[in-house]
Amino acid sequence: MSQAVTPYLEMSQAIIEAGGEALKKCYQCGTCSGTCPWTPITNFNIRKLVRYGQLGFDGIEDFMWGCSTCKFCVDRCPRGVELIDIVTAIRNVYSGGGMLPQSLRSFVGSLAARGNPWSGDPAKRNDWAKEKYPLYKKEMEYLFWTCCTICYDPRNTRLARATAELLNQAALSWGIPSIDVNCCGESVRKVGDLELFERLKNTNLNYFQANSVAKMITVSPHCLVTFKKEYGEDYNIVHFSELLASLIKEGKLKPKKDFGGIKVTYHDPCYLGRHSGIYDAPRDVIKSLPGVELVEMKRNREQSMCCGGGGGGLWMEKLKGERLSDLRVEEALATGANVLATACPYCITMFEDSIRTLNVDDKIVVKDVTELLLESLEINIDEPVGDMCEIV
Amino acid sequence: MSRIGVFVCHCGLNIAKTIRVSELAEFASTLPDVVVARDYRFMCSTPGQEMIANDIKEHRLDRVIVTACSPLMHEHTFRKVIEKAGLNQYMLTIVNIREQVSWVTSDIEEGTAKAKALLNGAVYRARLLAPLSSRVIDVNSGVMIVGGGIAGIQAALELANTGKKVYLVEKNSTIGGHMAQFDKTFPTLDCSACILTPKMDAVLQHPNITLMTYCEISEVKGFVGNFDIKVRQKARYVNHDKCNACLACTEKCPGKGISEWDEGLVKRKAIHIPFPQAVPQKPVIDRDACTYFLKGKCRLCEKVCEQKAIDFEQQDTFIDVKVGAVIVATGYNLMDTSPLVQYGYGKYPGVYSALEAERLFNSAGPTSGKVTLRDGKEPQAIAILHCIGSRDKNNYEHCSRVCCMYSLKFAHLFKEKTSADVYQFYIDIRAAGKGYEEFYNRIIEEDVKFIRGKVARVAESSDEPGRLIVEAEDTITGKFVQLPVDMVVLSPAMIPREDSKEVGRLFNLSTDKHGFFMERHPKLAPLSTMSEGIFIAGTCQSPKDIPDTVAQANGAAAEALTIVSREKMELEATTAMVNPASCCGCQNCVRVCPYGAPLFNYEKGVSEINEALCKGCGLCASVCPTSAIIARHFTNEQVLAEIEGLMEF
Repeated sequence: MSQAVTPYLEMSQAIIEAGGEALKKCYQCGTCSGTCPWTPITNFNIRKLVRYGQLGFDGIEDFMWGCSTCKFCVDRCPRGVELIDIVTAIRNVYSGGGMLPQSLRSFVGSLAARGNPWSGDPAKRNDWAKEKYPLYKKEMEYLFWTCCTICYDPRNTRLARATAELLNQAALSWGIPSIDVNCCGESVRKVGDLELFERLKNTNLNYFQANSVAKMITVSPHCLVTFKKEYGEDYNIVHFSELLASLIKEGKLKPKKDFGGIKVTYHDPCYLGRHSGIYDAPRDVIKSLPGVELVEMKRNREQSMCCGGGGGGLWMEKLKGERLSDLRVEEALATGANVLATACPYCITMFEDSIRTLNVDDKIVVKDVTELLLESLEINIDEPVGDMCEIV
Repeated sequence: MSRIGVFVCHCGLNIAKTIRVSELAEFASTLPDVVVARDYRFMCSTPGQEMIANDIKEHRLDRVIVTACSPLMHEHTFRKVIEKAGLNQYMLTIVNIREQVSWVTSDIEEGTAKAKALLNGAVYRARLLAPLSSRVIDVNSGVMIVGGGIAGIQAALELANTGKKVYLVEKNSTIGGHMAQFDKTFPTLDCSACILTPKMDAVLQHPNITLMTYCEISEVKGFVGNFDIKVRQKARYVNHDKCNACLACTEKCPGKGISEWDEGLVKRKAIHIPFPQAVPQKPVIDRDACTYFLKGKCRLCEKVCEQKAIDFEQQDTFIDVKVGAVIVATGYNLMDTSPLVQYGYGKYPGVYSALEAERLFNSAGPTSGKVTLRDGKEPQAIAILHCIGSRDKNNYEHCSRVCCMYSLKFAHLFKEKTSADVYQFYIDIRAAGKGYEEFYNRIIEEDVKFIRGKVARVAESSDEPGRLIVEAEDTITGKFVQLPVDMVVLSPAMIPREDSKEVGRLFNLSTDKHGFFMERHPKLAPLSTMSEGIFIAGTCQSPKDIPDTVAQANGAAAEALTIVSREKMELEATTAMVNPASCCGCQNCVRVCPYGAPLFNYEKGVSEINEALCKGCGLCASVCPTSAIIARHFTNEQVLAEIEGLMEF
């Protein structure tokens, strides 16, 4: 096979026009690829992706799906290159014409047809609430933005209920959106389908405007970042961990139950940590729990490792040995922790999968900090049978 | 009724590209009192100058307006032209239509319109100009040099050899600077001390040099030709007039301080000289480490000093120095890389900064020149990491210029002094200098391994305690490298001294965003500053190597000489004056003047301006509530007329 190639600058220009302007700044030093958590375990190479993009080389489509948009490379890049924009732009340019990997098709298809990535019935979006919790009305203070994952994913509906109960405990004025809303569009944007993202965004914006939404609470850091940075509006929006930390500080929520000296380690979700700069609030919640020792993994805070679920990764098949969540669970086990706490439904899903496949479910469980706090307030939201969280 | 000539320069296409120059000249000819208006390709050329001179004679012009480049470029040229033709030089007006118009627009309509507005204002003002006569002042022939590194030393010796009096001020207790910390210099591998110490000694011996070590600048007054500088002599607690440099005190002293000279790798005594060849070879007491100052007891040094030179009561003193020019050569620091947690500096003992590594090679250093780690063992594998904090928008965007070369030097010295494998992690090798590429080739042949990739992380090895793992992508193969090493050397960004902004404020120097001193012009006046009579040299201006630093030092010495070799010099006549009849005594002028020129005369109850100090900036005139202050060449009438002219558009 000939090794000769010709730069195809039209392709490079197309990437730039799709939002990959930052291509021009890169000087190929390798900081990104050296920093990227995928480099040691897969063939994905973010630096090469940029290089292929700079010169419009053929073959870029073979490895453009590797990035989970964890932002570690962006933070470290000495040239200030917005690598996630480049990844998104490349996917946008190349993902037409049947280039979308098989595993992403049902996810994108569901978003296009049903407005959520879980192939859920839009009419059943609020079924998790069993009509126990109020719909948002204009006079309420907070809209509790229930992301698709906590509405439809059976494991994560528990997180939706836990959040709702805590909001009631704190006696806040709040409501959930009606079924007129849809996915915030974060993942599909990172997968490169910018047109679909715009459609999803506009549906939500219509709902926000019609209902005069001013303050929002999210449990998914992905929704948080998307509303803050991609919706072009200045919403007053908090991640639930921030709100919990301040409610505890103000004495409005008082952890009671003594956990009896369990070790909890906390995983910083990329979209809460590096993308949003929130590191302390979830830790403060954990530290407020009686009888809990917070232990840190080697890589934490700004240097935290990705679970692999971002950028469409949640829906992509990965071979054993190529899963970041496996490595992260091993890191958590190395701390001796009984609980791997986090604050993102994607991370929860990724880690629970890994714990099952690594066969370590007798050693460690995954919990959202919200669930831990709920437990400490001794509120039971589970049906009498099959509580998966009682292992501790 | 005045007679004005307007001369519109094309500056090739620099101006003519975005301003219709002939239309501008035509427009000028319609303005009041303009008797001749022309445009020409290069007004600064000899034919251009002759055109102006001829028109002055032929049309009996009494005022000339040149619309061209910034007055910083050619005001002097055209002033000389009209002076030769018999006009007072202050009857010239420059309208800057290049930097302020043609270079900042691509729209020829707007460019032409703005140029017309500026010219209209200039004509209105020019009609009110009055001739002024320049002031002549005496020039002090001394020069002060601030900073006793290689730049300051070199400049001091050059100037002193011309017979001028030099005051060399150094804040440390010895001169020598960073160069005295090095063992070898690239690319020739000369022994640094062997080439530096003769110069240090020459400074000490030179009859024309007053060496002022352990001193800092506390106040700068005056102006080019006549600076009054107050220098604070920090208390040494040792009377250097009595001390005979026997150094018995340093042997007995029990106090332990951090050795700045060894980059904190070891301790030194509280009473100390920094290194064996220090100049002057006389000790100072570090209060923060001295047992007597800390606990009230000890005074061992006093007991052993036969000269009775120890003086615990010594205080800081102030020395007034008068000079005609100043060279600032305050040098650089290395960036503190401990906030860059990915490299582990300050966390892992095996990670060293470049200057720490320099000290390990030096026979007068903490290991007597043996390359050993903090645990005393010799490293088996060493990684040198380039561009740490340099070429990095998160830290310092500039290239620090010398790191590639000293990293190559380190590799050579590591190979020479240990049996370690040596790796360079680099982005680009920048070896642009005489003999530098050849040196790079030599190091490659010494079997140093080059890995093209910026290091992403330095971590502890989980298999071998104490070893480090360097992680980077080898961008040439695309392989992810995890390299076990014993020692990591970081090449951190070269940055200005921590007090450069303060020094800049004292000498009225502007600094760039990081604190490097700004030169007057990056190409044609690299050693001058916007403050007349103050020059800069060496790494306080930007990162550079020793050859460039020495060249700059020589250049700065020559620049200073152009001032102090004159007995008298002419100063701008554009100063402010007070009309005592209208002065209300509010002293606003005294408060706003950055140069201390206005003084309040309490006897008469009015302000007076010291014209020698006045720079003609006009601040005082603008705050004077009774218009008693007249800024010559920028009087209220002249400025208002110009504004009126501008407002017509």
